[in-house]
Amino acid sequence: MVAELAERPERGRSRLVTANLSVHFGERSALEDVSVSFVSGETVSLLGPNGAGKSTLLKAIAGLLPASHGTVTLDGVPIRRPNPAVVYVPQRSSVDWSFPVSVLDVVLMARAFRRSRLLPFGDADRDAALAALDQVGMRRFAPYQIGALSGGQQQRVFLARALLQDGEVYLLDEPFTGVDVPTQELVVSLFDSLRRAGKTIVFATHDLAQAVKSSDRIILLNRRLIAFGPPREVMTAAHLRATYGGQAVLPFDLLERTGGPS
Amino acid sequence: MNEWLLDPLRHTFMQHAFLAIVLVGVICGVTGTFVTLRGLAFMGDALAHAIFPGIVIAYLLGGNFLIGALIAAIVVSLGIGLISQSSRLSGDTAIGVLFAGGFALGIALISAQRTYVKDLTSFLLGSILGVTRGDLYLSAAVGALVLGTLAYFRRELTIIAFDRTFAQSLGLNLWAFDLLFLVLLSLAIVVSLQTVGNILVLAMLVTPAATARLLTDRLRVMVALSALIGAGSGVIGLYLSYHLGIASGASVVLVATALFLLVFLLAPQSGLITVAVARRLHFPHPERDAFPEPEAESAEADRTGTLGHQPSPATRRQ
Repeated sequence: MVAELAERPERGRSRLVTANLSVHFGERSALEDVSVSFVSGETVSLLGPNGAGKSTLLKAIAGLLPASHGTVTLDGVPIRRPNPAVVYVPQRSSVDWSFPVSVLDVVLMARAFRRSRLLPFGDADRDAALAALDQVGMRRFAPYQIGALSGGQQQRVFLARALLQDGEVYLLDEPFTGVDVPTQELVVSLFDSLRRAGKTIVFATHDLAQAVKSSDRIILLNRRLIAFGPPREVMTAAHLRATYGGQAVLPFDLLERTGGPS
Repeated sequence: MNEWLLDPLRHTFMQHAFLAIVLVGVICGVTGTFVTLRGLAFMGDALAHAIFPGIVIAYLLGGNFLIGALIAAIVVSLGIGLISQSSRLSGDTAIGVLFAGGFALGIALISAQRTYVKDLTSFLLGSILGVTRGDLYLSAAVGALVLGTLAYFRRELTIIAFDRTFAQSLGLNLWAFDLLFLVLLSLAIVVSLQTVGNILVLAMLVTPAATARLLTDRLRVMVALSALIGAGSGVIGLYLSYHLGIASGASVVLVATALFLLVFLLAPQSGLITVAVARRLHFPHPERDAFPEPEAESAEADRTGTLGHQPSPATRRQ
């Protein structure tokens, strides 16, 4: 009975928890005492100014950065190293675009270590990769060199690779930065279908309107956790000022739409 | 012509030299692919110089020069890693400091020997005509080890070269693979020292790979072409060296460089001259010069090869 419950991806059950998470780079503290928890089947956006620790938080959750204090647990199990169930989609800037690989090669990287390393990729792998590309509308670009694509197209290819990794939690670092409107819409609809499949999506973004529109909950972060909750509770003038400082431009239409105080 | 080709092969030392240069061309060509993709050319040069003291110490102690070189390479790699941890100094500064320091240590050690000039010259410029059967076996064995390891870890090394953060998120230990690659690179350099010498080994690592990169967008093809160009430059260079009486290492590297310049100017997709000519021959055409529109049918692109290989409407009409 208990095991049955544990196996079913149920909306509303906390599965990914950070407890008092702090990350330091040498003397400098990048993230302090962040406690948040995510449930399956929700989309959470991560907002904060540059240097607020958004990437650091995502990387710490993904097991890419060691926590100096606190823990990250997935379904009760601590994450200290990268875990196949947690899919991390880096910022596009971390990639060498002149690299001689095709779009299909990039997507196949998701399966690089699934089977025997001595065998080349089989038809099954290739079909799965093409199907993932199909989901992001990029199938016809499979043979192209990755650097020849536009920013939005490159982001779609990374999403296809993430889909092929087939994780439970998706962490995306600025998936909406520098991409065109059709790609933004495609990313949103992809998040929706992942959420319906019981996955957890956490993405960092600078776009307040996008965050309000496409997430169930919002994290406001500036080295410390400022606020965490549904958009209408979180997006208040006081919270935004605490996050972005005095010069924050408050999107008034956004606050009205979400019923926040003006 | 036949005589020109066959005459050098009558000598055993030339047969050995040809085999040695083909081995070096293939080993450096394949290893060099990753060197150029990772932007490690300066690191390769530094390793070549920094392993010098290791070889000299091994020689003075009567030990195996491969082991001496490897220990020196690992010490230097770790040292570079350690110094670049300091946020005030960049990686290439760290490389520069240790590269010159290591080389000076090697020269200091060897200058105490009576055969100083001869030893130093053969280390710097190689002595391909002195390659023995035993040297060949050793080179082949080390080469097989290097190529085998590169093949075994090809996916790890490719993903790390392409996107380090993603590689890390797959659970790859970047530090361990970086060190592994530097060890393989050091082995490739050590195997090449006798053939092309310390100063020119960089050319064997970088030039064929760079030429191959201009010719293809596919990693697998690039590795094969790089090995082929490396071995080919070696063979052609040795013939020229034999018939023109010029130094073999220099001759091999000059052939590789000439091939690079030729491809740089004339490569079908990217050559400076070919592209300029193509621009004069055709008006820009959306189907040749740009991507298919999102609405366009995609079946064709799925079947055809890499970018730019689709027949342009102009050629189809002819």
